[in-house]
Amino acid sequence: MVKTITLRIDDKEVEATEGMTILEAAKKLGVEIPTLCHYEELEPYGACRICSVEFERRGGSRIVAACCYPVEEGLKVRTRSPKIDKIRKTIIELAAVTVGEDIAGKMRELADEYNADISRFRSKVQIESTKCILCGLCVRRCVEAIWDSAIGFVGRGVTRQIAIFPEKSAICSVCNYCYVVCPTGRITSTGPNPPFPSVDDVLAGRK
Amino acid sequence: MEAVKLLSSPKEIENLRQRIRAKRNTGKPVISVCVSTGCVALGASRVLDAFKAELEKREQKDKVEIKQTGCLGFCEQAPIVTIYPDEICYFKVRPDDVPEILSKSIDKKQVVKRLLYKDPVTGRRAQRLKEIPFYKYQLRTLLECNSKIDPKKIEDYIALDGYDGLVKALFKMTPQQVIDEVKDANLRGRGGGGFPTWLKWETSRKATEEPKYVIANCSEGDPGSFMDRSLMEANPHSILEGLIIGGYAIGSHEGYIYVKDEYGLAVENISKAIRQAEEYGLLGENILGSGFSFKVTVHKGAGAFVSGESSALMTAIEGNIGEPRPKYIHTAVKGIRGRPSCLNNVKTWANVPLIILKGSDWFRSIGTKCSSGTAIFSLAGKINNTGLVEVPMGTTLRDVIYKVGGGIRGGKRFKAVQIGGPSGGFIPEQYLDLQVDFDEVANVGSMMGGAVVMDEDTCMVDAAGYFVDFLLDESCGKCIPCREGLRVLSKTLNTICEGEGTREDMQIIEDVAETMRDASLCALGTNAANPVLTSLKYFRDEWEQHLKEKRCPAKACKALTKYYIDPKKCQACLICLRECPAEAIQGEKDQVHWIDQERCTKCGVCYEVCSFDSVKKLSGEPVPSPPPKGMRPIRKRGG
Repeated sequence: MVKTITLRIDDKEVEATEGMTILEAAKKLGVEIPTLCHYEELEPYGACRICSVEFERRGGSRIVAACCYPVEEGLKVRTRSPKIDKIRKTIIELAAVTVGEDIAGKMRELADEYNADISRFRSKVQIESTKCILCGLCVRRCVEAIWDSAIGFVGRGVTRQIAIFPEKSAICSVCNYCYVVCPTGRITSTGPNPPFPSVDDVLAGRK
Repeated sequence: MEAVKLLSSPKEIENLRQRIRAKRNTGKPVISVCVSTGCVALGASRVLDAFKAELEKREQKDKVEIKQTGCLGFCEQAPIVTIYPDEICYFKVRPDDVPEILSKSIDKKQVVKRLLYKDPVTGRRAQRLKEIPFYKYQLRTLLECNSKIDPKKIEDYIALDGYDGLVKALFKMTPQQVIDEVKDANLRGRGGGGFPTWLKWETSRKATEEPKYVIANCSEGDPGSFMDRSLMEANPHSILEGLIIGGYAIGSHEGYIYVKDEYGLAVENISKAIRQAEEYGLLGENILGSGFSFKVTVHKGAGAFVSGESSALMTAIEGNIGEPRPKYIHTAVKGIRGRPSCLNNVKTWANVPLIILKGSDWFRSIGTKCSSGTAIFSLAGKINNTGLVEVPMGTTLRDVIYKVGGGIRGGKRFKAVQIGGPSGGFIPEQYLDLQVDFDEVANVGSMMGGAVVMDEDTCMVDAAGYFVDFLLDESCGKCIPCREGLRVLSKTLNTICEGEGTREDMQIIEDVAETMRDASLCALGTNAANPVLTSLKYFRDEWEQHLKEKRCPAKACKALTKYYIDPKKCQACLICLRECPAEAIQGEKDQVHWIDQERCTKCGVCYEVCSFDSVKKLSGEPVPSPPPKGMRPIRKRGG
């Protein structure tokens, strides 16, 4: 038997089943929590952190990613607060460092909603815009679509980027999954071979 | 050496222990040479070879035993040689010293005075370790055996009651009793977090999925830390024994030891230890006839700092990229391949056999109420006695730094100590009397781990930048707050150190640091801002000076510092002039020197080589104009 768990999200009671995440429970309740790296049909990844929410724990506030945190009995979650709003604003401003000023889609909406100054950090760092926040949705969706992947991550930390593996590009089945899930408009066109640099060029330092 | 025989009962291992001891209690002198990484780097292998060759020459090979041991901790004084049974400790031994040591200490039972430790303050010589201040104030429950054990010989460990804790656990205790004993002992995670060990164990024990795993984490990546490394190199069996006991307690039959491959000697020694334990039947099927089976695999890590994070480490063991994953469900329940995986630091595991053997009361009698046992630090930075230190929990920082560590190098003033690696906070002078344990250290914004001491010449803004840059290189880049936060922090800190910082930059640093602390995916990200946050908290005036006065009070930030030769002190010796790689120093023999500020690259060589203290660093003040051409040095009378 699946256990039912009762919790409160933004002062509204909701019944969830064990193993559900806060994000799923909130959705059931009609409370929207923003996400960038989340896609319902994929395993939670927990990389963008924009879904951060807050609850009280041992007298202090604890901040967790709603997409990964499993519901607990009696939990009282706040999805909006000055603290959460500030975290989301800062995360959007941080994400804009690589995305660039020309943001579109979901990121644009979030930037407006949270009053993010997208050039605030970007003006300090001054790097070429990649239009990518490395949410990994395209890679994860590709793996799922073809049980392999024509694209993947290379590099670590700030040198991390997504590249195409030339020897595997033949398996690209033009499913357009990667185009559909991209939250920043990085993948602009449908068709074979998503527009990423070749892994050879990345490793050789040409890209 | 007798042929290895599979031990199949507690009695057989006890008999073996008695046989080993009987063979050794003959009064035969033992020359114990530390061949750990630090000593070898300073020439211990050549010393060891010299002893072997000299004994051969004197035909004393059978009369004297040579033992190759692990780290004694006082790496500052390496190579270290100890002569037993009299326990004569020689420091900074060179191959040339070997004949004298043999003819005096072995043949005549005399002491080679010049090789004994000399107290820099009193000038007194000390023969035994306990007489040396560095050791006098320590309590070495874990490290003490290092000087008595050849890590490549399991017999050495067995002779010192090794694997007796395992026998006790397997034959006299139930798994629950083992967990209860660890709980009563109040053992907490030595990796830095201080999480109650028993709770982790119990969580894994109660988890229903099978199989379960136990893991020893020896992925120590902090610059300046070498605690886990030294322990793994010097006493691998203590970790192995702890791991087997842990496996028994939680119901796991498979263990992993994750060592980074750069720790070559540690990998070698633990791999050999596993083989020897298997040969004796202390690992494998039906250990000592108890019915409990356990196997251990060494997993060599590629050395990424982030792989020390438990979920990243487990992902690496699975064969995937060593990146952290969300662990709101603890790895103790869902770890390697989604199975219960109980991970502890090597120091935690090494404490387990002692707790089982000596009891929880003994363990709790050491340390503080909330943190029992000892704390192991590697002492590094601007301190006289660098090395590996073990003190009871609750020892004050002042005692660790001044009594054990011998104070600040060059008589300089203490400024801060960073505990817990690159993501540990800076602890300022006002907390020198802090009694170091898990909770006290956390209260001031840091965590347990290696200690790096900083003196008055360290700029706390620059130091924060150094650690941010280290973590910037090491961040896996998966989550936005850590990856982009470090990038922005690094850039902004750099701007401030260059004297170009503004109020807005300060606000950026605070906003980013707080977001990283609150919202990052793993502990690398949430702790990455600790140096920045504690630097801001305890040393805000230094930040203000960089910002407002464009001045670096420690005179460490290059862009804000200028070099200047005091004409009243310069002796026109030509040394700095010749050493300057930028040819920025003007002057000649018998004419005081001066620095052409246009050419100076601020490398600091002149400052280092001047014997007359005439090269000065200036920050935030104008450089005086050059001395009149042809000015002759002012020489002291009789000089």
